Amino acid sequence: MPILWLILIVFAIAAVGFFLGRSRALHSSGGDSRGLHSLPFYYGANVALKTAVPAFGLMIIWLLVQPLYVNSQVSEMIPDSAVKEGSSRSLVMAEVRRTASGLNNAIAQGHLTEDMVNNARADITDMTQRLKDAGQVVTAEITQPVLRAAQSYRTLTSTGYSIMNVGVILVALLGAGAGWLQTSSEYRARNVVEQGVSVLLFGAASIAILTTIGIVLSLVFNTWEFFKLYPATEFFFGTTWAPSFSGRGGSSSLGIIPLLWGTFYISLVALLVAVPIGLFAAIYLSEYASPRVRSFAKPMLEVLAGIPTIVYGLFALLTVGPLLLGVFGDEGLGWMKAGTAVMTAGLVMGIMLIPFVSSLSDDIINAVPQAMRDGSYGLGATQSETIRQVVLPAALPGIVGAILLAASRAIGETMIVVLGAGAAARLSLNPFEAMTTVTAKIVSQLTGDADFASPEALVAFALGMTLFILTLGLNIFALYIVRKYREQYE
Amino acid sequence: MTDASMQNPKTGGHGVSLTAADARTRKRANAEKRFRAYGIAAIATGLFFLIVLFASILSQGIPAFTRTVISVEFTLSPAERDEAESTLFKTKAYSDLFIRSLNNELAENGIKVDFDEAAIERLLGKVGGTIRTFYSENPDKLGEPIEFDLAASSRVDGYFKGRVSRDTIQDSRFLQKSDLDLVDVLEEAGIIKQVFNWPFITGADSGVDNPGGAGIGASVVGSFFMMLVVLGLSLPIGVAASIYLEEFAPQNRFTDLIEVNISNLAAVPSIVFGILGLAVFIQFMHLPQSAPLVGGLVLTLMTLPTIIISTRASLKAVPPSIRDAALGVGASKMQAVFHHVLPLAAPGILTGTIIGLAQALGETAPLLLIGMVGFVARGYPDGFLAGFTEPNSAMPAQIYTWAARADVGFYEKAWGGIIILLIFLLSMNIIAIILRRRFERRW
Repeated sequence: MPILWLILIVFAIAAVGFFLGRSRALHSSGGDSRGLHSLPFYYGANVALKTAVPAFGLMIIWLLVQPLYVNSQVSEMIPDSAVKEGSSRSLVMAEVRRTASGLNNAIAQGHLTEDMVNNARADITDMTQRLKDAGQVVTAEITQPVLRAAQSYRTLTSTGYSIMNVGVILVALLGAGAGWLQTSSEYRARNVVEQGVSVLLFGAASIAILTTIGIVLSLVFNTWEFFKLYPATEFFFGTTWAPSFSGRGGSSSLGIIPLLWGTFYISLVALLVAVPIGLFAAIYLSEYASPRVRSFAKPMLEVLAGIPTIVYGLFALLTVGPLLLGVFGDEGLGWMKAGTAVMTAGLVMGIMLIPFVSSLSDDIINAVPQAMRDGSYGLGATQSETIRQVVLPAALPGIVGAILLAASRAIGETMIVVLGAGAAARLSLNPFEAMTTVTAKIVSQLTGDADFASPEALVAFALGMTLFILTLGLNIFALYIVRKYREQYE
Repeated sequence: MTDASMQNPKTGGHGVSLTAADARTRKRANAEKRFRAYGIAAIATGLFFLIVLFASILSQGIPAFTRTVISVEFTLSPAERDEAESTLFKTKAYSDLFIRSLNNELAENGIKVDFDEAAIERLLGKVGGTIRTFYSENPDKLGEPIEFDLAASSRVDGYFKGRVSRDTIQDSRFLQKSDLDLVDVLEEAGIIKQVFNWPFITGADSGVDNPGGAGIGASVVGSFFMMLVVLGLSLPIGVAASIYLEEFAPQNRFTDLIEVNISNLAAVPSIVFGILGLAVFIQFMHLPQSAPLVGGLVLTLMTLPTIIISTRASLKAVPPSIRDAALGVGASKMQAVFHHVLPLAAPGILTGTIIGLAQALGETAPLLLIGMVGFVARGYPDGFLAGFTEPNSAMPAQIYTWAARADVGFYEKAWGGIIILLIFLLSMNIIAIILRRRFERRW
């Protein structure tokens, strides 16, 4: 029974419970809703909540816990001899899961029957052949322990799901029954329902915390795994980045320095483009522009912020790269060898960041009190002198905050550098050379075919951790600066 | 001013007209002009980039919406079919049959240019598969003349779109200079023509060697299912969280923690959410890889902060007098919020949600990490539920896959895909603007 059906059944029970609870409450007061403590709706909602919330809670917990339990049970079944040299238990388990889902699909398509699959003495070659006939991907030759494990994996999983289905429906019915029995004209249904709803609201708000915990745990756990396989000092202080392509084998050197250098260099170029343009645009829009110009130019600049980064990536790769190559390449100045370079990615990323700098600075400049400008004009200063010597110093902390936020954006940006910056990790000062960044390498290490247990894949989590800490630090620092100096003029 | 003139009588002294600017005033006025010009230049540069961006999208993307076809009448007899089916390379046999028939037809029509079967083969794309599929689906059409619109090869397509010209072409087994003369003659005869590229809009990704057959349809469907997940989860959760934080949360450490978390999550790079999705949903919970469901979950977590921030702003915009009035006539706090505040804030919430969805629709990096890369999108899902769990791609990831391929023919597809993506984004944003204009209330 698919989960969708279970969800629908629980909803149906809740709906029936709603009407039963409502009518019981009305009945208990003799059909007159004035005799009830709460509005009739709340009696129904009380039963429905008591049906659905515990049932769905059980379902979610079960769905989270069952795979862990089944995995550990099945993993114990696999003898050490079945784990090949250079392989790991988790890889064998992945094989087991693939086989099990292959068996499921083969049954669904009618190539195998339930009995044949559960047959403990099933012939491996025959089974493999049948799976292949059914069009199921069987990567390696299935071995006897793997097939056994896959069989018990299937049984355990399906038994688990049956128990869950029964349990969830039972909990739903019990909840509905309990809610229905409680219902009487004296029952304070509204208070109970409102309490329940506020718990749900609280739960929804806590998802933000859960997400952060999820991010931190998934990064920390996998980074820890990585540092068990690869020394942390070499990762942080190594100056070469050369992962081996075989997927495993100890010859990779995974030093983060060249990646960090590429990241900072590209971000620096981007900020050199975005900050002057964004800042002057913000100054002009907030101090000089007529309302008509402002109402046209501001949304137009903000369109730049709404364009997906993949578009900028393609723009860098196919338009800006060849254009720069025409000027600085071998036919022009001869500084550039290929279209993908620090300059290409940095320039395009700068374009993307213009609206960030300009919108934030615009708000901040507008927040500077008019009295300060008037004071300056009164002393005979011109408008530009006022801006340079009064408005900008007053807005400086906010502008610095905006620039830091833009920098954090630049460091975390992925698609532009994946497409525009090249793939070679390099420590060089020439902005017309290809370099690569932390984010680009996260993508390339996790989308390749290296297996998840190898240092070549796990390094992506260590890179992600570095990126997370860097951007978080920048954001917190930016907010701190903005907060610390904001109330100066209020 | 007076102090200055007393200390320095030369500048404001006798014999100097007030109407003629002195050197210092001129300098200051010039500085003023320069400063203003910098501002104008900055805005002009920004707008210039915007125009260049859109010009290059349009100029390079629009050709993706037309394709070059060779349209000919072709008859396949049952005997020929059986013969073709008996060979080892079946699609090759079909295309050979077709080429022979086209060759005969051209010879009868008295085409003046020299050509041979090899030349025709170079003009055609991979047509054998198309013909074979057609006849296996419509066996009753055997023996009848059928009008086929068959794809021309990617270089002939490029010749029509200006990518390939007589000057740049190099003779190869793909296309030779002399073939272009044949193409010109065939175009005059109406045999080669350009038609609207429906397969691009409805089709799925093709192999790396067949840019002509690549379409974006399947990944549009993938994006659609992802957006359903994002909408279904992030709207209720986001609204509930905002109501809690804005209306019910007590002033304590835990509430502060939630608020700090939300503002930090809004600034976490999207790729980190991809890592989260990979580690939690795929490695830990064993959800299917490349499934729109997982993509939707990741994007939900990513858009939640955006939606919460905008929802809180629109809840805050509802004046407290509304709440006070509701409480005054005996509503509970919960009733005041759900019956009065929420409906009044609904347009703002909806606008924020649509903008959050548009942001999620354009996101690429996290999808690549959970395996929703372009070449996965090989077809439409078999049914509504399968749409959530079957491996698929999404529009931006599909565009990335095309951009990363070596064949130049795919670049045009990538630009075309961007036009479609931007059309979706634009319409979502226009809906948001209309909603805001129509229902926004100023208190």
